[in-house]
Amino acid sequence: MANSKTLGESLRRHGVTRRGFLKFCSATASLMALPPTMVPAIAAALERAKRPSVIWLSFQECTGCTESLTRSHAPTVESLIFDHVSLDYHHTLQVASGEAAEAAREAAMHENQGGYLLVVDGSIPLADPGYSTIAGISNVDMLRETAAGAAAIIAVGTCAAFGGLPKADPNPTGAVPVSEIIRDKPIVNVSGCPPIPVVITGVLAHFLTFGALPELDRYGRPMVFYGQSIHDRCYRRPFYDKGLFAETFDDEGARKGWCLYKMGCKGPMTYNACATAKWNNGTGWPVEAGHGCLGCSEPDFWDAGGFYNALSIPTSDVTGTVVTGAVAGAALGAAAALLNRGTQGEAREKHATVTVDDLEKGV
Amino acid sequence: MSEPMDFLLLVRGTGFDVALTIFVIGVVLRLFEIFSLGRGVNLAEPRGREFGPGMRTILTRNVPDPHTFRRQPLTVVIGYLFHIGLLISLLLFVPHIELFKETFGFGWPGLATPIVDAAAVITIIALLAALWHRASNPVMRRITRAEDWLVWLATFLPMLTGYLAYHRMVDPYPLILGLHLLSVELLLVLFPFTKLMHTFTLFIARWYNGAMNGYRGVQS
Repeated sequence: MANSKTLGESLRRHGVTRRGFLKFCSATASLMALPPTMVPAIAAALERAKRPSVIWLSFQECTGCTESLTRSHAPTVESLIFDHVSLDYHHTLQVASGEAAEAAREAAMHENQGGYLLVVDGSIPLADPGYSTIAGISNVDMLRETAAGAAAIIAVGTCAAFGGLPKADPNPTGAVPVSEIIRDKPIVNVSGCPPIPVVITGVLAHFLTFGALPELDRYGRPMVFYGQSIHDRCYRRPFYDKGLFAETFDDEGARKGWCLYKMGCKGPMTYNACATAKWNNGTGWPVEAGHGCLGCSEPDFWDAGGFYNALSIPTSDVTGTVVTGAVAGAALGAAAALLNRGTQGEAREKHATVTVDDLEKGV
Repeated sequence: MSEPMDFLLLVRGTGFDVALTIFVIGVVLRLFEIFSLGRGVNLAEPRGREFGPGMRTILTRNVPDPHTFRRQPLTVVIGYLFHIGLLISLLLFVPHIELFKETFGFGWPGLATPIVDAAAVITIIALLAALWHRASNPVMRRITRAEDWLVWLATFLPMLTGYLAYHRMVDPYPLILGLHLLSVELLLVLFPFTKLMHTFTLFIARWYNGAMNGYRGVQS
């Protein structure tokens, strides 16, 4: 349950020093492209902030988003902050089960009416409410009921933000993202499969500091993290510009760390902070590990063609189309040729030979 | 919320398929018809061979005729700049080569992107100059038909959207990439039924010119 203890007190109780706390505030400010003058304001706001109640709903998802957050790396100030939000309901992490769990959700909603944060991971099936239920409540009903009293909603992961894997063609469950059901609450989409942990804590810190959500892009994602493409921030970009590409995963180009565009890297169409924030406590990220970007933070990335096909290759079978088209064209061409032969033959038949005598007679 | 992506997936999938089918059927049909019609039988005794002079003319006509250059220098200069720039942008940009490789099973080395970028800029400027020339020159105005404006637009749009997409000048990116593909699809659909067919028929016409002159034993 959310209690009256402030975040500052909670952090101190867990042995976070003043220096460590300020370092986190500076990092948050720079991460969110705020001027250094904002650091004391962030520190003061976070110091005083009450632990906000957070209700986390998991719908059609794989728990990868939760795994990303909880197992990303050794505890840091970010993760402590995450620990010290009052996570009042979360299937995977809460101790309570059954009716007690649902009672916790209802109590949190009641006590913090209009003020709690709702985090959603997973998409919502609309084809049949029975496809995914919790305690006998369908996902769509639970989302509507819980969203009604929320201050804001954070849609964590590509499933909650855009429908994700469950929405992949042919979308058997009729999966939709949160934004297609809830339209009257501020929603932040933190897309990614899974999203970068620091992005979630960054959004939380922003909410705690300013009492509002950060600036969002066209897809409802925080601009500070999704403002630039993977391609533009990629350390392998110079190789793309020079025309140096890995052709296979074990050739010389791959060993030299050349561009992975030809190996299907979707970096040019993907907006995320992987290239700068990195993963596993800043150790690396997919492209650094030698594999192209899958474009997991973009809508419909599962249907955007093979992961190992270059971005410029159409999703359909082009060779088949060309062969079929050529055969059809040749058949039509042969038909046209026959038709033309007929016309030529007719013209020849109608052709009357004129002699000099005929001409003279005509005069 | 994901409309630009839906649009991109449509033009990368079904849209491209439809356009490519129309393009291939149209081009093969027209070429087949041209070849099957053939030429009338020449009853005169041959004074030379047809094949060699025909092939040679395909190459030699790449050199601009000095006479034309003196009369219409702009036509020649713009024409060359545009065609060379277009060929570099189309055939030597790595993402394009990947598409050809996927289609035909073989590829070729590309150029560094700043060079392709410069070629694209030259092509776009040449196209704009061609438009200005067509609109302002009295002779050009007189011989211009509606089809010429359409063909100009169909060529210009892929260049412009490609440039905007490469430089990410439109947000969101899937929208401009989708528009680039859509404009290419428009070009593919119009191609077999307009003057754009000269891409192929040009070589046939040159060959016939060379071959006919070769048959008569005169220089082409």
